[in-house]
Amino acid sequence: MAVSTTWVFAEASEGKVATITLELLTKARALGGTVEAFYGGGDADTIAEQLGKFGATKVYAADAGDALQGAPVAAAMAAQIEGGNKPDLIMFGQTYDGRDVAGRLSAKLDRPALTNGVDVSADDKVTVQNAIFGGNTLVQTAFDGDGPFLALFRPKSFAAEEGGGGAAEVVAVDVPDTGLSGQTKVLDRHVEETTGPKLDEAEVVVSGGRGLGSAEKYEMIEQLAKLLKGAPGASRAIVDAGWVPYAYQVGQTGKVVKPNVYIAAGISGATQHLVGMKGAKNIIAINKDKDAPIFSIADLGIVGDVHKVIPKLLEALQAKG
Amino acid sequence: MQTLMNVVVCAKQIPDPAAPGELDPNTKTLKREGKLILDDSDAYGVEMGLQLADKAGGGEVTLVSMAPNSEVSGLRTALAMGAAKAILVSDPALQGTDSLATAKVLAAAIKRAEPDLVLTATESTDGYTGLLPAQLAEILGWPSITFAKHIEVSDGTAKVQRQTEEGYDEVEAPLPAIVSVTAGVVEPRYPSFKGIMAAKNKPVDEVKVADLGLSEDEVGWKGARQEIVDVSPAEERQAGEIVEDEGDAHERVVQFLEQLKVI
Repeated sequence: MAVSTTWVFAEASEGKVATITLELLTKARALGGTVEAFYGGGDADTIAEQLGKFGATKVYAADAGDALQGAPVAAAMAAQIEGGNKPDLIMFGQTYDGRDVAGRLSAKLDRPALTNGVDVSADDKVTVQNAIFGGNTLVQTAFDGDGPFLALFRPKSFAAEEGGGGAAEVVAVDVPDTGLSGQTKVLDRHVEETTGPKLDEAEVVVSGGRGLGSAEKYEMIEQLAKLLKGAPGASRAIVDAGWVPYAYQVGQTGKVVKPNVYIAAGISGATQHLVGMKGAKNIIAINKDKDAPIFSIADLGIVGDVHKVIPKLLEALQAKG
Repeated sequence: MQTLMNVVVCAKQIPDPAAPGELDPNTKTLKREGKLILDDSDAYGVEMGLQLADKAGGGEVTLVSMAPNSEVSGLRTALAMGAAKAILVSDPALQGTDSLATAKVLAAAIKRAEPDLVLTATESTDGYTGLLPAQLAEILGWPSITFAKHIEVSDGTAKVQRQTEEGYDEVEAPLPAIVSVTAGVVEPRYPSFKGIMAAKNKPVDEVKVADLGLSEDEVGWKGARQEIVDVSPAEERQAGEIVEDEGDAHERVVQFLEQLKVI
């Protein structure tokens, strides 16, 4: 067996473990060997039970305090590893904090990290799979030499399933002095109120692209999402143009969504976008260019003007109540 | 006394993302031949850097970039926007360099510029590992704030709004620091004709890997310590029904949503 211990970088918010962490724990369990979590928040006790349920026997708690997690958590991991507590594989989510910790640890240990993984296997070698060119090509990359190997995975690559374990044992670990690197301070957290479901958890996602023509027209997308009890999303083009915030972006640079229904309105279907949504169960595309790449993956493709089709669709849905 | 604000912006020159990507059959890495352009994602950093220098009342933007082949076309775009100069690490040994070795090279080049602040994109459009900002910061021993949607600098401190899953965090760090900037947060200016003409004469300092005190073994294929063992096509999703809108296509959408029990 290529791995005897796997660490999972654990993320949580307000006492609730992030879905990506549960996905990674589930996969780590499937690789065999011992699964342990590494956590940088200050409230490890509150999540020990959830982590245990998904397979972590221990959770190393390195309290980053009010600093960003990157420098302190990477330093705490490196200190464990240098002290002989050495996993074979460390799995991170391709998330805001996951990237910070993995990047810093990679530089600290002078080891490469494989990113954007969608699968991992541990036979003779630890091999990470990722999908490139909008997901039409799969690449398998193996680590050379000995672990610990660092790998980051895209959300929704694995299904989270409980393994029935008891609460993980909380092991407090020291955060070494990180000098200037650790001199970040979170002064305040702003939670943006959203009414509908979260973009990456919604059963229906309605995304708009450049075909909308102007920022004001995005309102149609929000209305349609609301009527379908879904979440509004966006292509990179209109995020770059400043029409909607980055948080709305679906794609390689943004969120990965796998809803039951994905409606792409005025989106041509650049590879950048397809990576984030081609896992949807059903795809509806509305675009006036019949040659738009989005039609090659749509279950229902409407060749038409979004400014004509969507208002009528809204009207029809409202009439149904 | 005026406070000068010197900003380094890491700028990547990439193949046109609108063109279909292709892997080199021998090396199994992305083909980066032909004309390269400035990664769109980096235009936000350039704009942000110019605005911050402007606000401080002085200072300049220096571009730091690397390429295996002296390519400068993308850097000229950023120079035309208003960056003052560029440091280009150009060396055939850089072919196949991964993100950690890229960070080593760029960190060494950044040290030469002695900036107050380093701006990067959150990830490049062609490689998109998203690790470079943190790796760079760790190598330089500086604080880093990633995924910035707003930056203010005063009294040697950067105050940043950092994107989070729930909204954003207000985060501060002392300078010098690395900040990665999300797309769409500022509007990159179009180079003026004057800017384009001026860019042709702006200095691009070309250096080799060895000039930075790095060994060629640390970069390129040798430095990567990973091996691409297989490349295969993924299962294709098939195209479904196509309906030309003649004024009633929305009815088909409603019907489809009904079939799926969404409505």
